[in-house]
Amino acid sequence: MASFGNAFSSSIGKKLIMGITGLFLILFLIVHCFINSLIFLNDGGLTFNIGAHFMATNWLIRGSEVILMAGLLLHIVQGLRLTFQNQASRPVKYAVNDGNANSKWYSRSMGLLGTLLLIFLIVHLSNFWVVSRFTGIPTTDSNGHEDLYAVMRETFQNVWIVVLYVLAMASLAYHLLHGFASAFQTLGWNHKKYSPLIKGFGVWYSIIIAILFAAMPIAVHTGLIK
Amino acid sequence: MSTGNMNLTLKIWRQKNNKAKGNLVDYKISEISPDMSFLEMFDVLNEQLINKGEEPVVFDHDCREGICGACSMYINGRPHGPKEGITTCQLHMRSFKDGDTIVVEPWRAKAFPVIKDLTVDRTAFDRIIAAGGFISVNTGNAQDANALPIPKFQADLAFEAAACIGCGACVATCKNASAMLFTSAKISQLALLPQGQPERYRRVQSMVAQMDAEGFGNCTNTGACEAECPKGISLENIARMNRDFYSAKFVSEEEV
Repeated sequence: MASFGNAFSSSIGKKLIMGITGLFLILFLIVHCFINSLIFLNDGGLTFNIGAHFMATNWLIRGSEVILMAGLLLHIVQGLRLTFQNQASRPVKYAVNDGNANSKWYSRSMGLLGTLLLIFLIVHLSNFWVVSRFTGIPTTDSNGHEDLYAVMRETFQNVWIVVLYVLAMASLAYHLLHGFASAFQTLGWNHKKYSPLIKGFGVWYSIIIAILFAAMPIAVHTGLIK
Repeated sequence: MSTGNMNLTLKIWRQKNNKAKGNLVDYKISEISPDMSFLEMFDVLNEQLINKGEEPVVFDHDCREGICGACSMYINGRPHGPKEGITTCQLHMRSFKDGDTIVVEPWRAKAFPVIKDLTVDRTAFDRIIAAGGFISVNTGNAQDANALPIPKFQADLAFEAAACIGCGACVATCKNASAMLFTSAKISQLALLPQGQPERYRRVQSMVAQMDAEGFGNCTNTGACEAECPKGISLENIARMNRDFYSAKFVSEEEV
């Protein structure tokens, strides 16, 4: 039987893993952002809790959650490995290096932005994911669903959590601003007809996702939504 | 050579050999003409150093008309200096101002060890080419030039990729010291033409393997290489190399 050889351990293969897991996480963010945006209906979280209940009980979603976690871990581990490997490729640094002359700062800071997001994720997962999947949501709403929205309201009473979430969403915006188009380039999808669309869509996607997510803790904390 | 009125402070990387520890050394140079090329300014400096009995600065140069890829200076934080689309030899002193301080360093990459001063060992590029950057041609009479029809669009793309002079500015400026722009240009110039087809998928695998073995970093698509390339080699070439690599690894049944 012929094997795939060094397909995944080569420099291009490692990029491919980052690109595919990155695009998978980009898809996940759309779902996550859509369901969370249900809180903006301002109905005391009733509709949002229906969405959360569906996500927590549907077996197809629970199955994909395992793939999501695996993909997230792969993206993190591979990203950190690549960052260290790439730093080692230039043992002696330049005394003067004008990086801004030829590239965007956030495209050169994916490792740093990703690390900030990792710190945020640890806090974020312990705030909500651990509660809803393991320790249990304490109260139920008037529909009889677990009241995840109440957990959200309580968490976002802490102003420092709100600050952390908003700063993390700024990191996310810049991470996506480079990552979105970069993933397509890595997959080899550089095309005179499609690339301008991909780049344009990537910019809109990054900004909209980050603003919607950042608005959630702010709106809950300030009491804009009840 | 014309004389001029520019007075400059140069901070130049001096390193005795590959083993020695190098450092930036300050040199004052005066009466430099704005019409001199950057390398001519270095010639003036070296003459002065020789007259004083000091070691001249060692730097790579050959054609001095922007087509050989030998010159390789990292000037004020950018490969080939502040201008776009040119090599160091095509950079003129009029691009600087009287009284400027100019920092000149060698290309920095694990795969490009310093030989002396501003000269680095770029034979890693030669080994990448030797790993597969060629086509097989039968001996005997030359084939008729236009026996194989090639669309103009395709020929132009191949020609643009073939414009790479292998200077290494892409590696020098990349935050990861990645050689993907160079390697992809050398793969693309052949992959785009009928003559390059027989070895197309073996070539991409062996050249990428050699690139990895040389210790170059991994591409993160910052686009710095494309922006600094004196020949304007496009990132499209890296995407093409990626596509060919995936085809070779995941579609082809042949194992290399």
